[in-house]
Amino acid sequence: MLTIATGNKAVAAAVKEAKPAVVAAYPITPQTEIIEQIANYVATKELDTEYIPVESEHSAMAACIGAAAAGVRTFTATSSHGLLYMHEMVHWAAGARLPIVMANVNRALGPGWNIWAEHTDAFSQRDTGWLQVFVGTVQEAYDATLMAFRIAEDERVVLPVMVNLDGFSLSHIMQSLETVEIGNFIPPHHLTHALDVNNPMGYGPMTGPKDYFRFRWDIERSIRDARTVIQETEEEFARRFGRKYGPTEDYRCEDAEVVVVSVGTLGKEAEVAVDVLRKEGVKAGSMRLRWFRPFPDLDLKGREVVVIDRDYSFGFGGVVAASIRAKTGVECYNVIAGLGGQEVTYDDIAEFVRTRRIGEEMWFGVSE
Amino acid sequence: MYEIRIHSRGGQGGVTAARLLALAAFRDGKYATACPFYGAERRGAPVVSFVRIDDLPIKVYSQIRSPDMVVVLDASVMDTVDVLQGLKPGGTVVINSEKPHEFPGFASYNVDLTGIALAENLAIAGTPIVNTPFLGAAAKLGIVSVESAKQAIREMFSDERNVKVAEAAYEEMVI
Amino acid sequence: MLVIPACCTSVIQGMYPNTAFNVPVYNIAFAAAAACASGMSRAFRSQGKKTNVIAYAGDGGTIDIGIQALSGAFERGTDFLYICYDNEAYGNTGMQRSGATPLGALTTTTPVGKTEFKKDLDAIVAAHNPPYMATASSAYPLDLYKKVKKALSIPGPKFIHIMAPCPPGWRYDSDRTIEIGKLAVKTGMWVLWEREYGKLTVSGPSKTAMKKPQPIDEYIKAQGRFKAATPAQIAELQQAVEQNIERIRKEEEGIC
Repeated sequence: MLTIATGNKAVAAAVKEAKPAVVAAYPITPQTEIIEQIANYVATKELDTEYIPVESEHSAMAACIGAAAAGVRTFTATSSHGLLYMHEMVHWAAGARLPIVMANVNRALGPGWNIWAEHTDAFSQRDTGWLQVFVGTVQEAYDATLMAFRIAEDERVVLPVMVNLDGFSLSHIMQSLETVEIGNFIPPHHLTHALDVNNPMGYGPMTGPKDYFRFRWDIERSIRDARTVIQETEEEFARRFGRKYGPTEDYRCEDAEVVVVSVGTLGKEAEVAVDVLRKEGVKAGSMRLRWFRPFPDLDLKGREVVVIDRDYSFGFGGVVAASIRAKTGVECYNVIAGLGGQEVTYDDIAEFVRTRRIGEEMWFGVSE
Repeated sequence: MYEIRIHSRGGQGGVTAARLLALAAFRDGKYATACPFYGAERRGAPVVSFVRIDDLPIKVYSQIRSPDMVVVLDASVMDTVDVLQGLKPGGTVVINSEKPHEFPGFASYNVDLTGIALAENLAIAGTPIVNTPFLGAAAKLGIVSVESAKQAIREMFSDERNVKVAEAAYEEMVI
Repeated sequence: MLVIPACCTSVIQGMYPNTAFNVPVYNIAFAAAAACASGMSRAFRSQGKKTNVIAYAGDGGTIDIGIQALSGAFERGTDFLYICYDNEAYGNTGMQRSGATPLGALTTTTPVGKTEFKKDLDAIVAAHNPPYMATASSAYPLDLYKKVKKALSIPGPKFIHIMAPCPPGWRYDSDRTIEIGKLAVKTGMWVLWEREYGKLTVSGPSKTAMKKPQPIDEYIKAQGRFKAATPAQIAELQQAVEQNIERIRKEEEGIC
């Protein structure tokens, strides 16, 4: 079905296809449209799900954990402070090895209440063991949410997946959307360690120093195996539904001498900047980073790299630039831009490239 | 790419106007995006929405700086907002008003969307619905086709009066 | 000073660099108003200051996500005033249901009407035996004013629960807010009272309703959010009103 929809509505439409048995959620701008649409699907009986309007985000994740532990497919959505409020339970969900899928609508953190797009919220959860993917279009929000369920529930993974979309810049923007008949793309969910009165176990009890680290290694081993699962899933998705995805979305990178790396909608705006630069004779390319956990291998050798971080780790640096530096050894020009929804246009991005100083960090809009 | 900026106040359906327009353009086979610029929800505060229509995929997400058309759904916002800011020379202004407004250097059209809505008693919590009639005005200006305008309205609203007011605006608007 | 969590007031206060208030306003995270106020109050008292610390929150931030902090602050006997203005939903984010949403009401997350009753916030607060608590209404500003003044004159944790009708959320024309507020009182859907050191007194505007409340139908019909409420739900609401009035009457008369 071909229609036009907002990022939020696209996520909800994908959830409808995936048919989770339990959705527990709490409202927060700019996520609210997701849960309102799901409530509507439940009311009109288009979706047969137990919808729990919980009293806080901490409870939302706790409820999802309880439901997932019972062996059913679950979903929740949040943003910014909501994500932070459930932080302890976000850790818990991964540690409990539960394939929960959560949409996180990226939004800046207060104080200074700010409801606009920023990635610090998601990156603040990067150590939790959740898989993290960042989308750049409404169609991708739909597709990635569908794939998230399959990836999370794969027996080689069994870890929760966070699908990130930019607050307002993507959550509230209308673009074309092709919905699919999911068929058996997401296999029925079978959690091998589901609660079972006929097989009584203790779940997550006190675990001493001799044993605990092995569970942590288990998580890491699974998240490494997830790379294969992600690739297989994306290839199968392409076969069935015709849209190809990878760890990054590369635009005119093949012969690029300078590559702009960014996340979310900035990664699409960057493609327009690349076209502007190419007309000027600059061999630019855009690499939109989609998967952040597990962190992918990036092909950046031999090019100059401009990294736009729509986030910051105080006292350290832009999270994406630091990750790239750590993983590839490639030095970059790190632009901190878009915090709190700061407007960044393709002209600005082109100018970042033109004025790049490799090895330096630049806060867009701040004069020293 | 054709860029439209819509001015209104929170609670008047300006965001929905953008979505309707984008949907209609999409049904015409074009690429279209619609987005609001939100503050936190506040009835009565000036609100801006953006629509982009193009024959090629639209990859721009930043705000429209030089619109081809400006739409003013509530003329009172002009007291505090410069609705003409950035409007391309020779660009179009469509204003919800009974009387014509002159904007030197721009093509200006007025249509009484409020009056049309009230004639059908089309209002929510006392606020007349001006976004569906606006679609009729947009069709008259050739931004979207009449068929797609009606289709878009019917896709988003079940009350057929919404189509009637769009037709009324189409008729009433003088090109 | 005001301590405000995420709520409608977060928007009403205005955006940086302006503030609409002429008292200091401290913005804090959604769940934390009462806890933040708690720390603030103790800090002022440690400095020998008598500054009034007032937590000013919506129903969602009080009865759902804020209940833990509220309970803790009251249990510790914190010297502060907590004001909850109740528009019976999450207003700031667009009217999703909260624990304070009444039975049968439409919200964006209860598209066919809420199937649970409104959580009794006053009973929860009363369980902490505060020295002063009261209900109030935006339709009776003088009554509210007096209650705030009285509350601020009493040491310890105080609570005022204000009914705040919301035109877009409750779906009525915005020039009827006072009328709707008064209807709530006339029908007994909202009873104005105060409880001072455990002694309950019904407030003036509610005295008539206590004796002869109007049927709630006019109140229900005036609001679009109740258009999906079934006759059975309306009957339940009516019955709940009668039971509440009876309970309040008995308490006021000293019968238990």
